[in-house]
Amino acid sequence: MLTQGITGATGQFHTRACREYGTQMVGGVVPGKGGTDFEGIPIFDTVEKARRETGANASVIYVPPAFAADAILEAAAAGIELVICITEGIPVLDMVKVKHYLKSTGTRLVGPNCPGVITPGECKIGIMPGYIHKQGDVGVVSRSGTLTYEAVHQLTKLGIGQSTCIGIGGDPIIGTNHVDALSLFNADPGTRAIVMIGEIGGTSEEEAADYIKKNVKKPVVAFIAGQTAPKGRRMGHAGAIISGGRGTAADKIAALKAAGIAVAMSPADIGTTLKAALDGNA
Amino acid sequence: MNIHEYQAKQILARFGAPVPKGQAASTPDEAAAAFAALGGGAAVIKVQIHAGGRGKAGGVNVVKSADEAREFAAKMLAKPLVTHQTGPQGRVVRRVYVEEASQVARELYIGMVIDRSTAGVSVIASTEGGMEIEEVAKKTPEKIITEPINPLIGVSGFIGRKIAFALGLKDKQVGQFANMLAALYRAFWETDASLIEINPLVVTGDGRVVCLDAKMSFDDNGLFRHPEIRELRDADEEDPAETEAAKYDLSYVNLDGNIGCMVNGAGLAMATMDIVKYYGAEPANFLDVGGGASAEKVAAAFRILLSDKRVKGVLINIFGGIMRCDVLADGVVKAAREVKLSVPLVVRMEGTNVEQGKAILKDSGIKVIAAADMADAARRVVEAIR
Repeated sequence: MLTQGITGATGQFHTRACREYGTQMVGGVVPGKGGTDFEGIPIFDTVEKARRETGANASVIYVPPAFAADAILEAAAAGIELVICITEGIPVLDMVKVKHYLKSTGTRLVGPNCPGVITPGECKIGIMPGYIHKQGDVGVVSRSGTLTYEAVHQLTKLGIGQSTCIGIGGDPIIGTNHVDALSLFNADPGTRAIVMIGEIGGTSEEEAADYIKKNVKKPVVAFIAGQTAPKGRRMGHAGAIISGGRGTAADKIAALKAAGIAVAMSPADIGTTLKAALDGNA
Repeated sequence: MNIHEYQAKQILARFGAPVPKGQAASTPDEAAAAFAALGGGAAVIKVQIHAGGRGKAGGVNVVKSADEAREFAAKMLAKPLVTHQTGPQGRVVRRVYVEEASQVARELYIGMVIDRSTAGVSVIASTEGGMEIEEVAKKTPEKIITEPINPLIGVSGFIGRKIAFALGLKDKQVGQFANMLAALYRAFWETDASLIEINPLVVTGDGRVVCLDAKMSFDDNGLFRHPEIRELRDADEEDPAETEAAKYDLSYVNLDGNIGCMVNGAGLAMATMDIVKYYGAEPANFLDVGGGASAEKVAAAFRILLSDKRVKGVLINIFGGIMRCDVLADGVVKAAREVKLSVPLVVRMEGTNVEQGKAILKDSGIKVIAAADMADAARRVVEAIR
């Protein structure tokens, strides 16, 4: 695992935390700081050099918004297989370019504007609090950060552990969407059920409903945030906006229910709804 | 970020899109002068507010003399105009735009949006210009053309022509349209726009293609690299509480209810609004304090929440990951003392150092209703305001 932007306050804090959790943090990338180190982790000037010398296959990005798209491009150009971009505030047209470029590479991008990915007990990449997670077999995919922690907390309290939690991020254009994550969970023998958290804006959840109906036999439970959100207003996340009348929570919930997916109508019921789905499938 | 029609037209003209000649005015005399500056032919005078539906609401008029322009401006300026997009309170008109009149033969619709499913910019085109495009989409979706644009080639000539022919344009109009569309795309890309809408795009009596109305919105995330766009912001068109919140890097949206909410994280903040409603009350706002709630930020958030006279109770819902609950509790106590909290306050905290946080609240002497989880918090705050 590489950290791009390792010397910034955020980069430092979270590299330390991820290393403590057990993730193999093998290098950092900060142009101009090559040759130095952060608490024993070697820093390189470029991702390419870092990859050559450490064999890293993944990178997490804590680079400020003006330079974050470039950091993603650099990692992809260097052949990094998994890039997780935590940064919030990247201009959307930068992400248009990034997604277009990524098509010609073998890189999978998660994010931007996401908390990261965690396989509890094994590997934590990002800013999520490791201790709320429990090893288990329920996959979690979410556009949110703290709402994901809330859902994970509910599951853990019920004794239900998580296989992998993927924060796909709150921006309108992201590297991995709900369908991408669901497809991974569907093929993962370590995942027997899935919690899907969405919010207003875009049609990712509707596409997921369609995908689940056609492809996923494992129990899926969903929660959609923003039932009370007004039209046309950005609710924090750049991607959380109902525009042109589309992207309402009501539409998403209807699509999910029509596909036979259990939808928690209160955010406090995510854990219990999943438990009921598991018990129903016992 | 939104801007006025006259500003959008200035930007689009710079990129070579065909817009009628026009001038903005903030006083009746300026409106008269603007009319005269156009050369004396018939002109259209339009109120400038960040909302559509101005025509139907009487905010657009044809004027044939400087006096008529002055009169209309005097009638509209400094008063609220209510359109179907402004809400019942309307928007106060502070400017009008005086533009040379065009003889309209056809009205078309052109929009340029970020298309999430193609991860690019798409052009939306329709022969049904001058109408609400959402209505057209509902009633006659077959009349809407959507053309995703490949970022490598942009709106190459053949794409503009393809759409022009699909819209029934002929002869010179085709080339003009293609040039205009390419200009709009360049403007979109070079200003980090999030929306360009030309409704209507008209074909004039003498066969020219002209942008009769123009709406532009910008990606908030792109503003840092466009100081000239930032300058176009009209604070009068924005909610003062939201402007205040932005100063402290708080994400705030004013709503209609009476339960003020303060949460860390946008998804959790929306979910908190949702659960308030689930238990029978209405959220007064969306407020995301973000990941680094210092005492100052929490105090600022409190002040903004309580400046809304409709707020009868406050719900704080924090899931501390990196944010520590004891730091939050310190901030809440400090803020509650500073702003002299006079409405019920329910606090639900979870996460790092939660026990220390709870102890700080308990020992503070501030009247805080502690909640065990989200459902408990929502139930308690709804009960407390009854």
